[in-house]
Amino acid sequence: MKLTPSLTAFAALGAGFAVLGLGLAVSGYDPILALGALWRGAFGSWYTITSATLVRAIPLIILGLGVALGFRAGALNIGAEGQFYAGAVVAAWVGIQVATWSPVLAVGAVLGSAAVAGVLWIGLPVLLKVRFGVLEVISTLLLNFVAEAMVSYAVTGPLQEAKRVYPQSDPIAESARLWLLPGSRLHGGIILAVLLAVLLWLLFSRTRWGFRLKAVGLGAPAAQVSGRIPVRRVVAGALLWSGAMAGLGGGVEISGVTYTLFQNLSPGYGFTAIAVALLARLHPLGIVATGILFGALEAGAQGMQREAGVPAVSVQVAEATIILAVLLADVLARRAATRSIVAEDPA
Amino acid sequence: MSGEGMVLTGFLAAAIRISTPLLLAATGEMLNERAGVINLGIEGAMLAGALASAVGAAAGGTWAGTLLAVAAGVAVSGAFAAMAIGARTDQIVSGTAVTLGSVGLTGAIYRTAFGPGGPGLSIPTFSALPIPGVARIPLLGPVLFTQPALTYVAWLMVPLAWWFLFRSWWGLALRATGESAEAALASGVPVGRVQMLATLAGGALAGLAGATLVLAQVGTFAEKMTAGRGFIAIAIVVLGRWHPLGILLAALLFGSASALQFAFQAMGLAVPYQLFLVLPYALALLALAGAVGRTRAPAGLGK
Repeated sequence: MKLTPSLTAFAALGAGFAVLGLGLAVSGYDPILALGALWRGAFGSWYTITSATLVRAIPLIILGLGVALGFRAGALNIGAEGQFYAGAVVAAWVGIQVATWSPVLAVGAVLGSAAVAGVLWIGLPVLLKVRFGVLEVISTLLLNFVAEAMVSYAVTGPLQEAKRVYPQSDPIAESARLWLLPGSRLHGGIILAVLLAVLLWLLFSRTRWGFRLKAVGLGAPAAQVSGRIPVRRVVAGALLWSGAMAGLGGGVEISGVTYTLFQNLSPGYGFTAIAVALLARLHPLGIVATGILFGALEAGAQGMQREAGVPAVSVQVAEATIILAVLLADVLARRAATRSIVAEDPA
Repeated sequence: MSGEGMVLTGFLAAAIRISTPLLLAATGEMLNERAGVINLGIEGAMLAGALASAVGAAAGGTWAGTLLAVAAGVAVSGAFAAMAIGARTDQIVSGTAVTLGSVGLTGAIYRTAFGPGGPGLSIPTFSALPIPGVARIPLLGPVLFTQPALTYVAWLMVPLAWWFLFRSWWGLALRATGESAEAALASGVPVGRVQMLATLAGGALAGLAGATLVLAQVGTFAEKMTAGRGFIAIAIVVLGRWHPLGILLAALLFGSASALQFAFQAMGLAVPYQLFLVLPYALALLALAGAVGRTRAPAGLGK
């Protein structure tokens, strides 16, 4: 049997749910009840689909696209969480300043500045990588903790609400908020997420830039030797765009969902986005599907906690299993490919 | 003792206390990196060790907690090793996934067993064990020789790791594996087994680091309590140039930076506390930038 990408994805998903169910059973929960609650929490009604699953899918799709952008070029941005927060902080500040602007301009300013903040946040790791050869994995990871401390400082200091009661910012202006689907919490960010996915798909498959990303990702030395591809520039560019997407994700969350900045704004979107991107095999349109899937998983986790008392964090175990299963499937596919080459060419 | 002397002693003692888990985790990571394996799952192993030490200590005392922590660190690193060494999946992504899974698993276990907002874990911790005689040396005594027993164990790992790496056959095999797996294999070193054992040993030390954090520093468990210490340990390995003594110095540097917080508080300086939270991470970035150009990683690292 051939390991097609979608078959692998389903197998990985199955592995994730098997581990989750097994873990639940071992811990003494009723797996059927818990997984039922997970399903109802994600797809139980029109309201849960739009206001729970899709609302969570939006940042996952946008951040997943960002992660995929870097991974395509072989650059592992594990700091999407930090760039998301950088975008959110700037969006919360800009969103208050633009009260008198027209909605289109105000929203544009909020989202644009958030993307720029994401670029700036990943700028240091990019510089460290290009100048000193520091692994971007570690530098972007470390900056996640710095970003969390920055949010903590912002919401108890310069950005704290005027009343100074809670550690959160004042809500952004009405004009800076994304359009809502009537009767739900679903906001215009979903359209933006899908448009970005289509755009990236076209860029990846139809442009020289997309080809360069892929060439560098498949093997930087080979691309370097060919002499036609400025490897460092391609990698740096991919990382900067990756940061822009993650920052944008933070801006969309402020402008579309919470309107205010507070600590723990993200339940780990930046890490889940890695699973989203890998499960979709870095394919932008696939990321829309896996983003919705993980959005459902996160929404369902809340339902599982409410109805069956299962801690919501347990779905992270399922996510980790899915990532590992995808990696494993990759290795198996590569081995199978090598075997068939060897079989065809006995010399 | 004068007031300033008290502040200095307190600062140095805190620096040692904070350095110890970092030292253990970094020494462990050094072992597997010297064998050519970069394990980002060390953060997860440390977190699992932290929870296991709390559970074990609550049930059977501090040493039972320590043993359980080592076992948990080995188990988490075993999951990583099975993937990254057994199946040869990407080390970086596998390690990240293992850490992610460990965060979820420890969070779920903690909430299930102890409940959110529950009474909290009440666990026995290691109390200071003054070493007779030397503990009475001014300044050094209270700083170095009035530490919890587990801290002494941690510091004994440094000469032990040095001896193992540079004086034993297995250490030579391990370093050869990290420099060139092909050459090591050709000269009869069981490369796969060496990498596997090095990674498990690294996990054991990471688990021990988690136990130190809980039983000799913080005194309780909290979700995500390692807060990136495993990743900082990876930076310490680079800064310490993959050498046990270098790592000792680097870990002390990080511990001191974090301990500044207490010294400044004692001196009554008003600085936002987030600045101190950021300090170790900023220092790690700086260290990486400064150290990477001048040092050489094991040639086969991550392959």
